[in-house]
Amino acid sequence: MSIRSQLKLRPRADQRPAAPVAAKMVARGVRVSYGAKPALKGIDLDIQENRVLALIGPSGCGKSTFLRCLNRMNDTIEGCRVEGRITLDGEDVYGRTIDPVQLRARVGMVFQKPNPFPKSIYDNVAYGPRIHGLASGRDELDEVVQTSLKRAGLWAEVRERLREPGTSLSGGQQQRLCIARAIAVSPEVILMDEPCSALDPIATAHIEELIDELRANYTIVIVTHNMQQAARVSQRTAFFHLGEMVECDDTEEIFTNPRDERTQGYITGRYG
Amino acid sequence: MTDLIERETAAVPPAPVRAAGPRSHYKGEAFARRLRARHAAERRFRRAGAAAVAVAALMLVLLIGSIAARGASAFWETRIRLEVALDPAEVASGNYTAPLRRALHAQFPQVTDRAGRRVLNDLLSSGAPYELEAMVARDPAMVGTVRTVWVRADDEIDQLAKGHYRRDLPEGERGLSDAKVAAADALAAAGALAQGFNTTLFTAGDSREPEQAGMGGAIVGSLLTLLVTMLLSVPVGIAAAVYLEEFAPKNRWTGLIEVNINNLAAVPSIIFGLLGLAVFLGFFGLPRSAPLVGGLVMALMTLPVIIIAARAALRAVPPSIRDAALAIGASPLQTVLHHVLPLALPGILTGTIIGMARALGETAPLLMIGMVAFIVDIPHGLTDSATVLPVQIYMWADSPERAFTERTSAAILVLLGFLVLLNGVAVILRRIFERRW
Repeated sequence: MSIRSQLKLRPRADQRPAAPVAAKMVARGVRVSYGAKPALKGIDLDIQENRVLALIGPSGCGKSTFLRCLNRMNDTIEGCRVEGRITLDGEDVYGRTIDPVQLRARVGMVFQKPNPFPKSIYDNVAYGPRIHGLASGRDELDEVVQTSLKRAGLWAEVRERLREPGTSLSGGQQQRLCIARAIAVSPEVILMDEPCSALDPIATAHIEELIDELRANYTIVIVTHNMQQAARVSQRTAFFHLGEMVECDDTEEIFTNPRDERTQGYITGRYG
Repeated sequence: MTDLIERETAAVPPAPVRAAGPRSHYKGEAFARRLRARHAAERRFRRAGAAAVAVAALMLVLLIGSIAARGASAFWETRIRLEVALDPAEVASGNYTAPLRRALHAQFPQVTDRAGRRVLNDLLSSGAPYELEAMVARDPAMVGTVRTVWVRADDEIDQLAKGHYRRDLPEGERGLSDAKVAAADALAAAGALAQGFNTTLFTAGDSREPEQAGMGGAIVGSLLTLLVTMLLSVPVGIAAAVYLEEFAPKNRWTGLIEVNINNLAAVPSIIFGLLGLAVFLGFFGLPRSAPLVGGLVMALMTLPVIIIAARAALRAVPPSIRDAALAIGASPLQTVLHHVLPLALPGILTGTIIGMARALGETAPLLMIGMVAFIVDIPHGLTDSATVLPVQIYMWADSPERAFTERTSAAILVLLGFLVLLNGVAVILRRIFERRW
């Protein structure tokens, strides 16, 4: 099944023509290097509000590196240097006015491998609101946990077993738990780094539906190796290659009418 | 840009195709021989491993068995029954020796000469009058009456009763006079000699008289020393490990610190004793033989062990947990305290208890700071003079009296018991902390 037929088979909810949407995050001239090795060579990219942006490209092209720049997770990597400017609602993410802790509360992240804390399901979701003081009192916290689990589509499955360890869930449930954990702190942007690569197709379908629903309230950036997935869940797609952003456009444009030969080659499976 | 695509697809050479079927490499006689040789090698290796474990187990059984066989009798002591008449005048003047001797002499009416009576006097422990004094203090109504009391026998009689003297040897080689043997036998025949559990061994401090010597002082000294060691080295060690592993930048200086910590763990313990002598006693003027100084020295000695173990445990925590916590906006300190440290705790505990066990069994550094002294009193504080169990073992092993041989072994058993207890605690704590998730 080709990508194009995929697109036709699954019409997206949002079929309006791409009206100009406010950019939630803006990256300009972002360069990243690990020690002497350059990883990103000047990326300019707008991340639009309440849209899903998919980052695609072959392994080692810098998609994940770019994603981790957006919430400064690269700070934890020894020898990683970030240049350029990234703004969130016009505020410089690497500037003095934003603390990384505050930034990461506003820009949440879901990782490739589900990584729930080895605590109960409840505590996994409640941890973020607790440390940020988002809920005062037991009842409010219960409310936040329930809402987050409902939004992550996990409530029905775990409502009877909130005290069981999060690690006892299946892989797909764990990943939805991680999403619930991320949305429990009410972020504005959610970054997802290949969230389905460790999951089976049914769990993947679950997560994809979830991403589509979450779009109403959050801005989402998703890194994926799976081009069908990019086509299914995203409104905009950016193609990365060897540390450069080759092309960024509406997803339909990218998959049906790519401007760059490299994009064309990648999405038709000629390399990558 | 098409050349890029061409290059990546064209560069793969076709894989050499090996004919499958009866001519396969894996079905020939040569391969079967190789396979047999590989299996034989594995069997040889397994047998060698099992033999090594068996030898180690045998050695352990022999070692513990010989110590236990030698030390078991030390947990019993021999007592002599006496009909004591307590004269109020003697009690008032604090003379408890006379009533005991009168009672003993009464059991041997045929002995009248001074030499014979001295032999009889020597049957009693020199601590027996103090025992009697304690009994009177507990029960003042005893005074003026005749009571049956059991008092401690001399260590030679104790050893004779336990069969540690060879009766078939002539008097000169035996080390115990015929007269004493005869007197002890007479007491035993009259049912006036009995053995009971040796509480003195655990409650008393050291003594020159084996039957009055106990390791109570050494046990308390060990516990006080260990307390100081733990209070200092555990928080400092864990904090150092957390800082080095989670917060410190990885540069030349932290590398240097790491190398030095690893080297410190391998420094002979006596060096730490010399350091303690020079710094704590010489410079700071802390008291000699004190558990405080002993604990300080042991803390220096255990710190590298704890730091290394704690760092290893922290490194073993998957980075995905740190990512998860950081990504929802936990500060680095919250990440460590809420997630990384709890996960590393079982490993840290094990390392800590191994360090504590090493400190409990350590002798050499304590010799340098005066904890090898002969101390009769049980220490009551961190600055009282004290000794510790391994040093007590060392001192008893040096004593010439026959009765100290079994007490040495008994003290070793007690020390081993404490070590087993510590390791048991480590296992239980591991279980508890691992079950939490």
